[in-house]
Amino acid sequence: MHEMGIAQGILDASVEAALEQGATGISAIHVSIGDLTAVAEFALQFAFEALQAGTMAEDAAFVVTTVPARSRCRECGHEYGHDSFQMSCPECGSLCLDLLQGRELQIDSIETVE
Amino acid sequence: MATINMGKPILDKNDRLAAENRAAFDAAGVFVLDLMASPGAGKTSTILATIAALRERYRIAVIEGDVASKVDAEKIKAHGIPAVQINTGGACHLEADVIARAVGQLDLDGLDLIIVENVGNLICPTEFYLGEHAKVMILSVPEGHDKPYKYPQIFQISEAVILNKIDTLPVFDFNEDEFRSVVSSLNPTAEVFALSATAGTGVAPWAAWLAGRIEDVRAAALSSGGLK
Repeated sequence: MHEMGIAQGILDASVEAALEQGATGISAIHVSIGDLTAVAEFALQFAFEALQAGTMAEDAAFVVTTVPARSRCRECGHEYGHDSFQMSCPECGSLCLDLLQGRELQIDSIETVE
Repeated sequence: MATINMGKPILDKNDRLAAENRAAFDAAGVFVLDLMASPGAGKTSTILATIAALRERYRIAVIEGDVASKVDAEKIKAHGIPAVQINTGGACHLEADVIARAVGQLDLDGLDLIIVENVGNLICPTEFYLGEHAKVMILSVPEGHDKPYKYPQIFQISEAVILNKIDTLPVFDFNEDEFRSVVSSLNPTAEVFALSATAGTGVAPWAAWLAGRIEDVRAAALSSGGLK
């Protein structure tokens, strides 16, 4: 359940940003989670709901965007989507790749109440 | 109602603390290893075998992360090596702030290598940067060669993979060729070291790899004028 620590990080950073803007509440928090991270969305949702009670984000919607993994082949330049296991280039079979996306753990935006 | 665009890493606070840890390690020329594995894979015995191989050349300390108890730190201290025990009290991984507190109990200037034994877990430690120079994982033969299929992330973020307990290969259905092939497809640049920590076999190549990394960090600290 390391998702608890990650949810706490989301909550802390969101509250800090909202207070800086002089907001009184948070109505939504949008995050992006890459497919290649070891974060389970259901566990993150559960952790966030447990932590948001009694905070200025008590009623906030928690919106998770899952980012699929994509890489560019260093050998032939082909760009393609993949999972954790089939990462080799479907065009030339190379395993030399640059990951373009899929390891995100990011707060994209929050919506605040004035 | 207003929208604040954040574009901020969730683990920003941890990552900032980890970067502070790393700066302190680099300035002192201390190589820091984050050692990860499931419970019972042989983290502590691998640390003891590593200490035996390198203690004549390098000054070593160990940070032990466990949910509870001091048994691991006591084992290390019994060999005359400084050890700091962290009890996470239920948390399944270490984070940068607890490493900073543990390092505060060590004399960085008198060390060349700190081995951090992370909490026994193949999932949670993968997302947390502690300020280490390398993450290394141990898989033991009895756990089975299929583990990279089940826990891909930890194999992907490890610079080296230790296959421990190879003395038990004859009694387990462990396909070493398949294991190496899956690890290399998940992480083409990872070094794989097959060894038995308790029997002492295969430890030398692992110790040599680690010594090379320790020398790199020492050399960088010397050239930046941090070390006397």
